[in-house]
Amino acid sequence: MRLQQILFKLSVPVIAVALGLLVGGIIMMSSGYDAFYAYSSLFSVIFTDPYYIGETVRQMSPLIMSGLAVAFAFRTGLFNIGVEGQLLVGWLASVYMGITVEGVPAFIHVPLAILAAAAAGALWGVVPGYLKARFRVHEVITTIMMNYIALHVTNSIIRNHMLAPGERTEDIQSSASLSSLFLQEITDYSRLHYGIIVAILAAVLMWYLLWKTTTGYELRAVGFNQHASNYAGINVSKNIILSMCISGGFAGVAGAMEGLGTYQYMTINAAFSGVGFDGIAVALLGANSAIGIILAAGLFGGLKIGALNMQAMAQVPPELITIVIALIIFFVASSYLVHWLRNRINKRGKI
Amino acid sequence: MKKRYGLLMSMVLAAGTLLSACGSDEGDSGSGDKKEDGFKVAMVTDTGGVDDKSFNQSAWEGLQEFGKENDLEEKKGYNYLQSENQSDYRPNLNSLVRQNFDLIYGIGFLMQEDIQKVAEQQKEAQFALVDSVAVDADGKPLENVASITFKEHQGSFLVGLVAGLQSKSNKIGFIGGVESELISKFENGFRAGVLTANPDAEVTVQYAGDFNDASKGATIASALYGQGVDVIYHAAGGTGSGVFTEAINRKKNGEDVWVIGVDRDQFEEGIYDKGNNKSVTLTSMVKRVDTAVFEVSTQTKEGNFPGGQIVEFGLEENGVGIAPTEDNVSEESLEMVKEYKEKIVAGEVEVPKTAEEFETFKSEK
Repeated sequence: MRLQQILFKLSVPVIAVALGLLVGGIIMMSSGYDAFYAYSSLFSVIFTDPYYIGETVRQMSPLIMSGLAVAFAFRTGLFNIGVEGQLLVGWLASVYMGITVEGVPAFIHVPLAILAAAAAGALWGVVPGYLKARFRVHEVITTIMMNYIALHVTNSIIRNHMLAPGERTEDIQSSASLSSLFLQEITDYSRLHYGIIVAILAAVLMWYLLWKTTTGYELRAVGFNQHASNYAGINVSKNIILSMCISGGFAGVAGAMEGLGTYQYMTINAAFSGVGFDGIAVALLGANSAIGIILAAGLFGGLKIGALNMQAMAQVPPELITIVIALIIFFVASSYLVHWLRNRINKRGKI
Repeated sequence: MKKRYGLLMSMVLAAGTLLSACGSDEGDSGSGDKKEDGFKVAMVTDTGGVDDKSFNQSAWEGLQEFGKENDLEEKKGYNYLQSENQSDYRPNLNSLVRQNFDLIYGIGFLMQEDIQKVAEQQKEAQFALVDSVAVDADGKPLENVASITFKEHQGSFLVGLVAGLQSKSNKIGFIGGVESELISKFENGFRAGVLTANPDAEVTVQYAGDFNDASKGATIASALYGQGVDVIYHAAGGTGSGVFTEAINRKKNGEDVWVIGVDRDQFEEGIYDKGNNKSVTLTSMVKRVDTAVFEVSTQTKEGNFPGGQIVEFGLEENGVGIAPTEDNVSEESLEMVKEYKEKIVAGEVEVPKTAEEFETFKSEK
């Protein structure tokens, strides 16, 4: 029964992915592209070409972090749509620490910059958390609004205080950098960096926090039923704020992945990076579990990077992969239908 | 019970085989291109894409023209890769290197960092960077990158002449995106043009601090027009679209105001009366990215890749100029533009690029 349960849990995302690819393929065919060639050029490189493997793993790290952020809040019954904003302030905080702190060794500088990112993201998450706990303001609205505040505040800070030629900040000190020449060389000069280790540690941390500590138990209890939790003596308000704080912290570290890993600087962003929003999809496909999020981030990271090669080889526009990702999410969300079908079959079986 | 899960299992397995089938036939597809001979050229767009009605589109038009001229097959002989996000620049550049393109363009100065990094790692490949100068860590030009820049000050000088002659209030405005060396070329070239055509005219300069803030553009334009300015030249990208909005509103209310467009012919942006094809766009300073891309591609094909050099496109090379739509430009202005175009090309007039050069230019008048 236990194995059957696991299989069933796995079946929803796997079927959703298969259907998403299938329908995406049909859309490609109907727009006059060779879907088989497109998929083969997409998947072949992300499994065989060291450069694309490196880029996929690079892309995974911020996706894992933002997925964890969304999932963590969701476990407490909160929709953190503000991961994008928390990511941006985290990115800026990490880059700021990376630039201004000088003369410290890497084993202090890197954690310092990552913690600064987490603190900035947490601060950005606490505000909606407090508003929700104290005034019952719906967190979806406040977190979305906080995204815009983050975008414009970070742009303004860069423009007025940290501007370097090219609409961006200076590069961070090498002692704060997560990038590694070794990783780059073994992957044909991709931008692979040590951030993936941070991301996996964060996933373990989330699992431990939620499932192995009293705090985690309380957080999850609030997620299941606030009234029951309150009756059981759990401080609901405190847990809502705490959940948004930790969720924002994860999102801030996602920003550090970009700031200390991929780019080594921050640009003035004309629009959102999109990584924070992709986190929602990652968390949904990963069923809000740590291991699921890592797998889902791998899939979406691979699809996004593979799409670049698909564009180069099969001339399929990369937007089509955005459609495929949307389809996968659609099918995951409609897993309700699968559940319903399963129940129908089960009932009939019993009669 | 078991049967039902058996069904699920088989679906999972079917999905697995479907996925693995996708991966299996890659062997024959990827390697085919490498054996082909012939010149291949490609570009990486920034996040705007090839239909951005601006830089990327213009560059792609240049490549298409080059492709047709040389009977290249689209996609194989000349191609573009679109970037969904700024993190895509580097994988896209690398992807083109791997496909053995002979010349790879990065469009726009935002790609400078990535071109520099990729060019240092892939010494064999040849790159061209539009609108900025690629350098290595020591500030020396990279040998395998051709840097394409434009003499925007010369084009701005010509539209400055038009503004000077056609302003009735003798008050002229300039709106820049972000203060920088590049936009300074637009500003000072323009001021020199106005000064040459109409020494009595006064130019008010304002910077928006942003290339993508249309509402700020509209606010600044409103303030300038309110002060009696009747011609505004904008060098502010997306911010400039707010200038057009403001001018169109005022024109509809019967005010006599004009905008001078930038980068390409912006006549369309300024249309306020569709029926009669009336536009608030006086003229535009065009930057012929297509000409530049075409030229550098041709040079490279002939074996004269200008690596490590700064290739400047000015009036002489038809890299900058005034827009072909001349509906709103007076005869007098056109003649003056023609006269000064010849003088600049002949070297008789040196157009200033910086504030200091402008002061010298002014004192010599």
